[in-house]
Amino acid sequence: MEVVRAYFRSPAAIVGLFLLLVVIAMAASAGWLFPRDPLALAGRPLVWPFTNPRFPLGTDNSGRDIAAQIFYGARISLLIGGVATVIAVFIGIVIGAVSGYYGGWVDNVLMRITEAFQTLPNFLLLLVLIAVFGSNINTVIIAIGIVSWPAPARLTRAEFLSLRNREFVQAGRTLGLKDLKLIFGEILPNALPPVIVYASVVMAVSILLESALAFLRLSDPNVASWGNLIGLGRDVLRVQWYVSAIPGIAILLTVLAVSLVGQGLNDALNPRLKGR
Amino acid sequence: MRVLSLAGRRLAASIPTLILILVGVFLLLQFAPGDTVDAMMAQMGGGDARTAEDLRRFYGLDLSVSAQLGNYLWRLVRFDLGFSAIYGKPVATVIAERLPATILLMTASLSFAFFFGIILGVIAARGVNRWPDTLISTVGLIFYATPSFWFGLMAIVVFSIYLQWLPAGGLSDITSTATGIWRVLDTARHLVLPTLTLGLIFLAIYLRIMRASMLEVLNLDFVRTARAKGLDETRIITRHVLRNALLPMVTLIGLQAGTMLGGSVVVESVFSLPGLGRLAYESVVQRDLNTLLGIIFVSALLVITVNFIVDLVYARLDPRITTGV
Repeated sequence: MEVVRAYFRSPAAIVGLFLLLVVIAMAASAGWLFPRDPLALAGRPLVWPFTNPRFPLGTDNSGRDIAAQIFYGARISLLIGGVATVIAVFIGIVIGAVSGYYGGWVDNVLMRITEAFQTLPNFLLLLVLIAVFGSNINTVIIAIGIVSWPAPARLTRAEFLSLRNREFVQAGRTLGLKDLKLIFGEILPNALPPVIVYASVVMAVSILLESALAFLRLSDPNVASWGNLIGLGRDVLRVQWYVSAIPGIAILLTVLAVSLVGQGLNDALNPRLKGR
Repeated sequence: MRVLSLAGRRLAASIPTLILILVGVFLLLQFAPGDTVDAMMAQMGGGDARTAEDLRRFYGLDLSVSAQLGNYLWRLVRFDLGFSAIYGKPVATVIAERLPATILLMTASLSFAFFFGIILGVIAARGVNRWPDTLISTVGLIFYATPSFWFGLMAIVVFSIYLQWLPAGGLSDITSTATGIWRVLDTARHLVLPTLTLGLIFLAIYLRIMRASMLEVLNLDFVRTARAKGLDETRIITRHVLRNALLPMVTLIGLQAGTMLGGSVVVESVFSLPGLGRLAYESVVQRDLNTLLGIIFVSALLVITVNFIVDLVYARLDPRITTGV
């Protein structure tokens, strides 16, 4: 409860939570407000926003409703942000925990691999993964998760290194607890808070990564993704710039919301670092 | 000298990493549907199986995976990146043509982000929790959340289409025959928008880190001593605080060199710059796997080089690092 109160003391955190709830509400209400397929033809192409009450945000180059694509896009962005983050954080925690707990050669090998992933520009690796496994939405999500795990892994490892010789771990060892039980039952719950906070960064980056892929037309073309719409709007940028502008604002606000919530959580969980 | 040997040791330690990356990506690319020969046949408009087989033998694609990998690594040792069937040139040549634009863009963006990151970070830290700080931090958060390609497109709409101040793409004016200083100025004009676009997110990160590390250093004892000696605030900031507060910033450059290279893929596509990032994108689309692998190799080398330089700078900023205290 203390944490919740601390969270709501920061106006930025409240704004972030509000924005995030709006995006979630958009995703939830998409099917109800726009029962038709958002990628189906809806009317004349390139209708400007606020000119036709049927299309509050106008239509894109091929006459698809932009408002519907924005609402359905919220689903895709949240899906990608959520699932890719879970994948990245899960891999990161397992590798970081094993590496930090055992140390020695296990740590050496795992950190070498982590370093390799960090040396290779992650967007390039993402391109390679997409080139190899294709750009269906599932592969895109998994690929984004695979390129994002090194940072959570390093964070978890650092936490484990500082926790593994504490009294409570030694006590657990004396009681004869198995390594697995010690790692996941005893140490991990204590190492988790900073990793959870960092997950907000991973989520923000995942949403940006997918939108960049979609903009390059390497993401799944069969889903209503904000990045796809920006990429389409590029063709008519000269006059109908709103086709690109509107989804961009949606991405900006979503990523902003996720980062503000992350920062709010961070401040609430580590009051000592407030304002940093 | 100690600095060099320390950095040299770090450099040597990155060789296994490099090999790991190459082997990993090479094996990964074996799963790619279709190889270079398929792409070439498609470009030629099809052909019979015999031609394909001959081509495969010619490019050494008929060998076992491990033999191919061995061949590739052995050629790399001699700095031979293989041949790009799509461009009809050695991969090394193709990459060398594209590298300068990317390095130019990265250097410009990094300088922009670093310089303004320091200035804004210092201003924010000095007025902590007052309006300049709130304003700068908010702007930083918004920049951080802005997709770079979208910012680039909007910058084109505003500055190239409506105001017509800056060119919308390319590295230089193709109709221009300018030489010398005019050519440099022309290129600089073309690079303004791409630099801002690529640098924006890094500016946001740098100003945040700078602010945090300024706040931390400002609370240390030696700053209190300097104040007690009666030094004026500007001198304390420039001579005492800044140097120490810069350390995390320099670390960050090394950590983010890779991210920046990745970002240049998108930015170069937006502004149609003939750079490495765009080449990476094209080679994915055209299934030019040899070139893609070459780009991976060169990018990893670039990141390692940046980290090497960062190590040198780091030791210069903080002599304790080399003396091992």
